Amino acid sequence: MGLFEFFTQHRQEVLDLTAEHLVLVGAAILCAVLIGLPLGVLTTRWRWLGRPVLGGANVMQTIPSLALLGFLLPVPWVGERADRLAIVALTMYALLPILRNTAAGINGVDPSVVEAGRAMGMTPRQILFQVQLPLAMGVILAGVRVATVICVGTATIAAAVGAGGLGEFIFRGVAMVNNQLILAGAIPAAALALLADLLLGRVEKFFQPGV
Amino acid sequence: MSAASRRPSPSASDAVISLRNVSYRLPGGRVLLEGLTLEAARGETLVLLGRSGSGKTTTMRLVNRLLEPSAGEVLVEGRATPEWDAIQLRRHIGYVIQETGLFPHFTIERNIALVPSLEGWPPERIRERVAELMELVGLPAEMASRYPRQLSGGQRQRVGVARALAADPPILLMDEPFGALDPITRADIQREFRALQKRLAKTILFVTHDLREALVLGDRIALLEGGRLMGLYTPAEFQRADEPLAAAYLAAFRAGDATGAG
Repeated sequence: MGLFEFFTQHRQEVLDLTAEHLVLVGAAILCAVLIGLPLGVLTTRWRWLGRPVLGGANVMQTIPSLALLGFLLPVPWVGERADRLAIVALTMYALLPILRNTAAGINGVDPSVVEAGRAMGMTPRQILFQVQLPLAMGVILAGVRVATVICVGTATIAAAVGAGGLGEFIFRGVAMVNNQLILAGAIPAAALALLADLLLGRVEKFFQPGV
Repeated sequence: MSAASRRPSPSASDAVISLRNVSYRLPGGRVLLEGLTLEAARGETLVLLGRSGSGKTTTMRLVNRLLEPSAGEVLVEGRATPEWDAIQLRRHIGYVIQETGLFPHFTIERNIALVPSLEGWPPERIRERVAELMELVGLPAEMASRYPRQLSGGQRQRVGVARALAADPPILLMDEPFGALDPITRADIQREFRALQKRLAKTILFVTHDLREALVLGDRIALLEGGRLMGLYTPAEFQRADEPLAAAYLAAFRAGDATGAG
């Protein structure tokens, strides 16, 4: 049976697992943005926070993904449901690029522009929301894009704890020594990663008026 | 105007800006300004002339409280700067720096409208004010929707001046505003600015290292060196001055006119 026939015969299953995969990635990226963006902003306000926060995110990144799932399994609430567990783990991986790019983007805003804002009588909050964040948006979105692409790949591991996603095919294929089944998971995952990269690249461009 | 109603009662002297024995030291102990006493009268253009490191920009930043003095007092309209609400003080004082100070992600219109929109003016009034200002500084109306990057250096500088004037502040601080322009554009914009200044009668603190600019634009010139005031002259007095530093400026100015560089 060719790969094409496999896709046509298992269309529903491929679509379901792709949808599951997207939900896992989407939820993880959303959480990572909700945590990483404010935290990244805070590190630019309170410099002393930078090292421990970025260091912590860095350490998370170095933990092998399977091991991370193992570590999280006994954690109360997190380990109770497979999808919850997977989303928490994926969030932890997505955090670093978002955090780092938020901080880098804000610190990279031309100091004379911020100074002008201050001198014109803008409050720190107005400077953050009207000047720093809009000007850092391109860099921040680049971080979100990197995080998303990494996350689409990493999310295949969610199947290891029964959280579904395209990893289902891959794990099944590995167990059955069936390359076609592995490809059935890997190809849509790769396509998703490329698509996410493309779309978020567009969004990035859109957010840089005049620059 | 709202700017006038906010103005506190006038002090005994007519000085709009006055620095009394002001020193400024960095946390590390380096002295940027030492015992500076200086006053700018209402409607006057006071030029702070000096080399880099002379303390002229520091002086300016003390006036709108971007910095606070280590010793001495800075008074704006008779009130010491710590008594002002910093945000109110800064919206009361127009600020022009080299072109980089424009917001690159704002259109020209939004850049000029910055302080009025922060102050919550109604949109209709802001639009009128922006149109009025663009005409005042000689910018064609169709530039309103462009971004700073799409303008020439001279046009951007006009936007900078328009932005500083937007909420009609009685005081302007200008830090080498025309320093990045080519000599011809600079001469044009200086001449126009001089005319504008006569009409608007703002109190202006103007920082420059360019003696020609100081002589053209200043009512008085305060010569700074190493954080100290070395002398205070009218342009006519400066040209006759025999103090060593003033003489050195004049000599450099007359010999080959290298002052435009840097």
